Amino acid sequence: MRLVTAIIKPFKLDDVKQALEAYGITGMTVSEASGYGRQRGHSEVYRGAEYQVDFVPKVRVEVVVDDVDATDVMDVILKAAQTGRIGDGKIWTVPVEEVARVRTGERGLDAL
Amino acid sequence: MKFIDSGDTAWVLASAALVLLMTPGVAFFYGGMVRAKSVLNMMMMSVGAMATIGVIWVLYGYSESFGTSWHGLVGNPFQHFGLSNLLSGQDSIYGFVPAQAAVPAHGVVAAIAAVPAHGGIPAMAFVAFQAVFAIITVALISGSIADRAKYSTWMVFTVIWATVVYFPVANWVFSFDGYSSPRGGWIANQLKAIDFAGGTAVHINAGAAALALALVLGKRVGFNKDPMRPHNLTLVMLGAALLWFGWFGFNAGSALTAGNTASVVWVNTMVATSAACIGWLATERIRSGHATSLGAASGIVAGLVAITPACSAVTPLGAVAIGLIAGCICAVAISMKYRLGFDDSLDVVGVHLVGGIVGTLAIGFFASASAPAAVDGLFYGGGVDQLWRQGVAAGAVLVYSFTLATLIGLALHKTMGFRVDREAEITGIDIEEHAESSYDLGSLGGGGLIKAGAAIFGSQTMSSTATDVTPNRQGASS
Repeated sequence: MRLVTAIIKPFKLDDVKQALEAYGITGMTVSEASGYGRQRGHSEVYRGAEYQVDFVPKVRVEVVVDDVDATDVMDVILKAAQTGRIGDGKIWTVPVEEVARVRTGERGLDAL
Repeated sequence: MKFIDSGDTAWVLASAALVLLMTPGVAFFYGGMVRAKSVLNMMMMSVGAMATIGVIWVLYGYSESFGTSWHGLVGNPFQHFGLSNLLSGQDSIYGFVPAQAAVPAHGVVAAIAAVPAHGGIPAMAFVAFQAVFAIITVALISGSIADRAKYSTWMVFTVIWATVVYFPVANWVFSFDGYSSPRGGWIANQLKAIDFAGGTAVHINAGAAALALALVLGKRVGFNKDPMRPHNLTLVMLGAALLWFGWFGFNAGSALTAGNTASVVWVNTMVATSAACIGWLATERIRSGHATSLGAASGIVAGLVAITPACSAVTPLGAVAIGLIAGCICAVAISMKYRLGFDDSLDVVGVHLVGGIVGTLAIGFFASASAPAAVDGLFYGGGVDQLWRQGVAAGAVLVYSFTLATLIGLALHKTMGFRVDREAEITGIDIEEHAESSYDLGSLGGGGLIKAGAAIFGSQTMSSTATDVTPNRQGASS
């Protein structure tokens, strides 16, 4: 199994969620995140004092999937989240050793 | 026989309540501008002024401001101590104007028609109205020492500064001969500077004290280095709205009668504020490319400050000019703290001191004899006579307040300490000084356990420990 983590633009969350559902993914974890990449942040002006705000709001989507689906799921997210403009985000995967469903105690792929 | 005008009384009492609402308005206005870790402390400084000044006003503050003046400098603080002698009788009526008999025409002198007597207001209505001025003036100062002032020291400062600075200056500016007492203050009666609702006594006074405290306390940790964004601009907007609303009581209420003067002042107060909002927004649009909400809120307050002394002395067109000028000048003035390197955190100097000076001096230029104050300024053919009087009044209050606030601030800083320590300031003054957090937005809570009543019964726990220890101590000593 693999954990797919995607950092995306907040307004793309609905598209990504729908695309994942269409692919057959039945659950995900979403959290608000902030950070910057090549696009850096933006500047804000308060009473004439300019502040560089580096950390811009992002959304982190996390999905645990079967090894064979990992590349496809990455593609699905990538297509749904892409605008082609700077600041679209990142997607990465890492291996997951074991998964358990808390309600039933099922393990491994059954727990997904 | 003096009598009371019920309409005037109703207006003054309503105005007093409007002005009291301005101090929570200041609390919101300032509270939104600081970081989330110090908003409670910021608001508590205003609330603290409501607490201390309300009490000392009744004890001796009113009397020190409006009792019989000693050489026009300070009222007798013992004359109306506790206000008990103002509750009934002829002394309890303020501002009664007796009837004037008709003067028959004689030679070239024109006849003067008979004027009927005009009823006064209860002295207690005047006490109420002036009380809330004292409260807000003190609360305004707190904006320059955001995030870093020891709360206990601030509370002591409010009492000392009001006693030594505000009450005497209120006597100078607001106490007219023959109203609350036979002899009033020197600015109102000898200098005859026009300050209708407190450009000098409130705004220059508070602004100068704010500058003094900013210098005494020093800069916040990370000033001009770390970003210190306002944490909640909607609170700032709410505060500006409450201030604008309450300010109609502040200015139009200062007429102390419900008539033409109050009405002219109301319109001037509205239009100058609108113009100042335009002035500020235009200035920042040109300087940094955007019209900001903080700029709009600041422009509103700058306009209100500037029209405060002038609202009875100018035409509505004059008010527009004063508002525009104040909006532009204050929008530029707030940047000088970065150049000069003093941390007037929320721009009390840039808005209240500078705005107060602009408004006070503007009377010398824009005053029109057609307005209720009936004086012509420089632009209306009155020469510089009124202008120099305005300049002296502004300068006197500025120097007096700055000097005394510096001395009081330094004395408190050396004795009680006026700053929290560095760690508390970085962690957040709310936790350190008030043991509270302003916002609990997460659903996880603090991760601890509640000990119901622990704070109340904490002393019992301690005393039980003490009884364990005490016998040993007694045994040792005997």
